[in-house]
Amino acid sequence: MALVADTETQAAGLTGRAAGGPSEAEPLLALRGITKRFRTKRQDTLALDDVTLEVRPREFICIVGPSGCGKSTLLNIAAGIDTEYDGEALFEGTPIRGMAQERAVVFQEPALFPWLNVRANVEFGLKLRGVPQEQRRDIVDRHLALVNLSRFDRAYIHELSGGMKQRVQLARGLAVEPHVLLMDEPFAALDAQTRDDLQLELQTVWTRIGTTVLFVTHNVREAVILGDRVVVMSPSPGRIKSIIDINLERPRTPDDHAVADLAAAVRYELQNTGVAPEPRYAI
Amino acid sequence: MRSSRLHPSHEQVLKLLRVLGFYAAVIAIWSLLGRAEVWSPFLFPSPEKVFASLQTNFANGLIIDGLQASLRRLVVGYALSFVLGMSLGLLTATSRFADETVGGVVLGLQSLPSITWLPLAVLWFGLSESAIVFVVLMGSTFSIAISARSGMRGLPPLLARAAGTLGATRWQLYRYVVVPAMVPSMVQGMKQGWSFAWRSLMAGELLFVSVGLGHLLDVGRNLNNINMVFAIMLVIIAVGVAVDRLLFGRAEAWVRERWGFAAG
Repeated sequence: MALVADTETQAAGLTGRAAGGPSEAEPLLALRGITKRFRTKRQDTLALDDVTLEVRPREFICIVGPSGCGKSTLLNIAAGIDTEYDGEALFEGTPIRGMAQERAVVFQEPALFPWLNVRANVEFGLKLRGVPQEQRRDIVDRHLALVNLSRFDRAYIHELSGGMKQRVQLARGLAVEPHVLLMDEPFAALDAQTRDDLQLELQTVWTRIGTTVLFVTHNVREAVILGDRVVVMSPSPGRIKSIIDINLERPRTPDDHAVADLAAAVRYELQNTGVAPEPRYAI
Repeated sequence: MRSSRLHPSHEQVLKLLRVLGFYAAVIAIWSLLGRAEVWSPFLFPSPEKVFASLQTNFANGLIIDGLQASLRRLVVGYALSFVLGMSLGLLTATSRFADETVGGVVLGLQSLPSITWLPLAVLWFGLSESAIVFVVLMGSTFSIAISARSGMRGLPPLLARAAGTLGATRWQLYRYVVVPAMVPSMVQGMKQGWSFAWRSLMAGELLFVSVGLGHLLDVGRNLNNINMVFAIMLVIIAVGVAVDRLLFGRAEAWVRERWGFAAG
């Protein structure tokens, strides 16, 4: 964990988000000693082995790791989608028993309702909660504007591009004002250009509304661009290898030298072979 | 799509002209063949005579009464089959035991041509309204059951999950996700069910029932009135096309607009 000290000296400017306060002692989301086995007739896989992770309020956490490291399983446990595991999953101090609006999820596949137009999709969670129509319209308008989709509010899902679908999912998740937004490889299926755009857009949105985000990805650079902290996981069994602080000014772009350096450091952590790379660029 | 409905485009006008031209040509050739008397007028009537018969039988109320009787049976039988089919479909979709047992029976009965229920219906209910409604019911129930089952089974688990993370209760999940997600499959199943119901109704009426379009065909045959037979067939075609276009055509267009794929 010498890396942590390195990155702190590299910090070109602290965002101030992670700055201390009384809330820092109390994690928003606490996953403690999580162990998860998948049992099938043929084999018994240890997907997560004694994983402990604490997410502080207003923090942007990225979990990165190769496929099979259990990162999505960990997110499903936080979401309450997966409720069968050993260990303790607490949200705001209470055990997670199932899915809830306060822990909204953005999925990798566009999990949108095809029979509803964009507006109605974003409105969905608010309608379930019984928010009055007038209020609903305002909230939806605000969130559509936030993801630059105001012009498409009457479009149906099949008329949208992949990137637009993910923006609708983001707006739908944020509209219910979740206490934490869980994002499961939301940009993995997009082309490189769209992915870059959405990373930038997500940073802008997050800077504006400052919600807590737990973001799972297998893309190292994406994790470094988005995260306050990057959790590096290793597979078989799924374990947390290290947690790397990213104290870089936002918005960050894939071309930032510091991003490239930190991504190299994270990649080294992931592979853990050879020698740690020297930073190529002076800050 | 919406704007083109309000203002027919150049292309749509051309299409309408093409279609109208086709039918005009068919009637013209038919008329020429009828006048030339290539075949005996007792076997092949001219369109003028068929339309005259159509007019007479509308005026004397035969067609209206027949239409009313047939449509009433159809509506009653189809409504019952919707309730029964939906129940069977939901049962087999949600219960594994029901799927393995009742589901197999449903699949088997679906392959049975529905008019073969007629002898059974006559033995059970006699020569009555109930017998013909029963045949209609059997015609469409299984199509609707199968589409209800596959519509419910076909719900992507991801959508149920998305609804859950947005706070849906079990009841809200059914109301706002499961039911709307079933619509494309249901439209297909109900369309198929309707066509089976309509065909078996006509066959049933032709065979034994008094009053009804199918019965009128039989009357025409008994009177050796080829004009009437042709006229009644035109009415039967018109009903079929109207229901297909107006009811199911619209439902399919609605599905296409939202889901974005041609249903079927």
